[in-house]
Amino acid sequence: MSKARISPLRSGFVHLALAAYTVVALFPVVLTIVNSLKDKNAIFRTPLALPTAETFSLIGYTTVLKQGDFIGYFQNSLIVTVVSIFFALLFGAMAAFALSEYRFRGNTLLGLYLAIGIMIPIRLGTVAILQGMVAAGLVNTLTALILVYTAQGLPLAIFILSEFMRTVSDDLKNAGRIDGLSEYAIFFRLVLPLVRPAMATVAVFTMIPIWNDLWFPLILAPGEATKTVTLGSQVFIGQFVTNWNAVLAALSLAIFPVLILYVIFSRQLIRGITAGAVK
Amino acid sequence: MQISARPRRWHILVFLLPAFIVYSAVMILPLIETLRLSLFNTVDGQSTFVGLANFQVLFGDERWAADFWRALKNNFIFFTIHMLVQNPLGIALAAMLSIPKLRLAAFYRTAIFMPTVLSFVIVGFIWKLILSPIWGITPFFMDLVGLKAFFGPWLGKPGSALITVSLISVWQNVGIPMMLIYAALLNIPDEVIEAAECDGITGWSQFWKIKLPLILPAIGMVSILTFVGNFNAFDLIYTVQGALAGPDGATDILGTLLYRTFFGFQLQLGDRSMGATIATVMFLIILAGVSLYLFGIQRRVRRYQF
Repeated sequence: MSKARISPLRSGFVHLALAAYTVVALFPVVLTIVNSLKDKNAIFRTPLALPTAETFSLIGYTTVLKQGDFIGYFQNSLIVTVVSIFFALLFGAMAAFALSEYRFRGNTLLGLYLAIGIMIPIRLGTVAILQGMVAAGLVNTLTALILVYTAQGLPLAIFILSEFMRTVSDDLKNAGRIDGLSEYAIFFRLVLPLVRPAMATVAVFTMIPIWNDLWFPLILAPGEATKTVTLGSQVFIGQFVTNWNAVLAALSLAIFPVLILYVIFSRQLIRGITAGAVK
Repeated sequence: MQISARPRRWHILVFLLPAFIVYSAVMILPLIETLRLSLFNTVDGQSTFVGLANFQVLFGDERWAADFWRALKNNFIFFTIHMLVQNPLGIALAAMLSIPKLRLAAFYRTAIFMPTVLSFVIVGFIWKLILSPIWGITPFFMDLVGLKAFFGPWLGKPGSALITVSLISVWQNVGIPMMLIYAALLNIPDEVIEAAECDGITGWSQFWKIKLPLILPAIGMVSILTFVGNFNAFDLIYTVQGALAGPDGATDILGTLLYRTFFGFQLQLGDRSMGATIATVMFLIILAGVSLYLFGIQRRVRRYQF
């Protein structure tokens, strides 16, 4: 049976509503980027116009790149995000494998313990985390952030990956055992390659909150040498509130990498969030 | 299931230990330590067990109580606006996106979800600029629809600041309910919809009578995610209104109050014990919400097996 088709009128209305909301969602970002490429007069006189030959100006970008160490901030964000995701995925996959593969006393309990962090935000322990980092001499180091984000990423990684690892065939693993593979080899050489798509989903999921976080950089690593992009642009824009060119350029610089990654990974991300309902 | 004959299976320990250590040391132990600290305070330069005295101060002492209750009230308003605007809007967008064979659906989906991947810092500043009377973008648009007279510096007025900040947060986060509910709608099997169509239930009544009951579990999930996110929020308000959550504390929520209290701000010195006390209250609120969801709502919502 063919689906009852919706009338052209209704379909037109739906398109109108969705297109209108799409404009609402995109307009602020587009406006920021477009105006970051204009001179100051044009920003105020014709904020909605595209930059023309006369109004085009990169003065904002040159100010930003001269004044703030944006390259350094990017580097910090990149190191923190990549290393945290790496450890969250590695440790998470190992734990997920143990929980889904072996029967041992306390398995369920341990699974529940590791799942607490899915619902209870790690931020609530900040008072003691800061105290611990001070005691360990890790304040104003990227290591502090990496530790926190690895811990933050683990619960969801373990939860999602163990669901996937349950679907890896037992026959395959047992064949490996008969061939004399160690349990480590079974994990690294048989199971990990098979759950790679799930790992990619977890990575994309984990990445966004880490890259965008303001709380922990602000509290654990506010020093100039360890500022992340999020904190860096927060501080920088706060200082340049009256220099509209610089503010718009700094915002655009913070948006670009996220936007590029989003365009590349949006399909993966959306499939992950909708648990595969969207093909 | 493989049960090894070896008495000690060390590899299990090796697999579990790294995750267990990092997670326990950086997440669980600090959380417990924070809860413990809320029962201690500095008396004569010594950390002393004071029982629930910190909570008494927070709830009743004139220096703290006004700020605390205002932050709690604001936090509930913040949450209510999300529940009333973000989630219905998310459901509506998802319902439209899930219309079969809708052209451009992938484009709409990707575009509408985009603000969700931006950081609160970017979103906060962009909206600050757009709503700024100096730039005049908002009054310009309101003029187009003849509402210019209603424009005001919303972020700067105590009466409208909290609502404005909440709506900015809604703008950013509407993608999450939209996606989760969209997935739930796509997972409704065709047979159910076809059966409804055979019985002549289409359009609006199909949505209300067939689809909505089937996506209730997803709506429950979205609600608890919103709850946890809102009672843990900080970044957006800090970016838009600063640590003092102005104007005059009108946008102060528990997250900003926690930051000012334990980390200190300007002339105010950080107070570890009171910070831990506020964090504990936040923990209890979130725990109560999550428990209500897990034991109250999630069990009662009928799940349909397809």
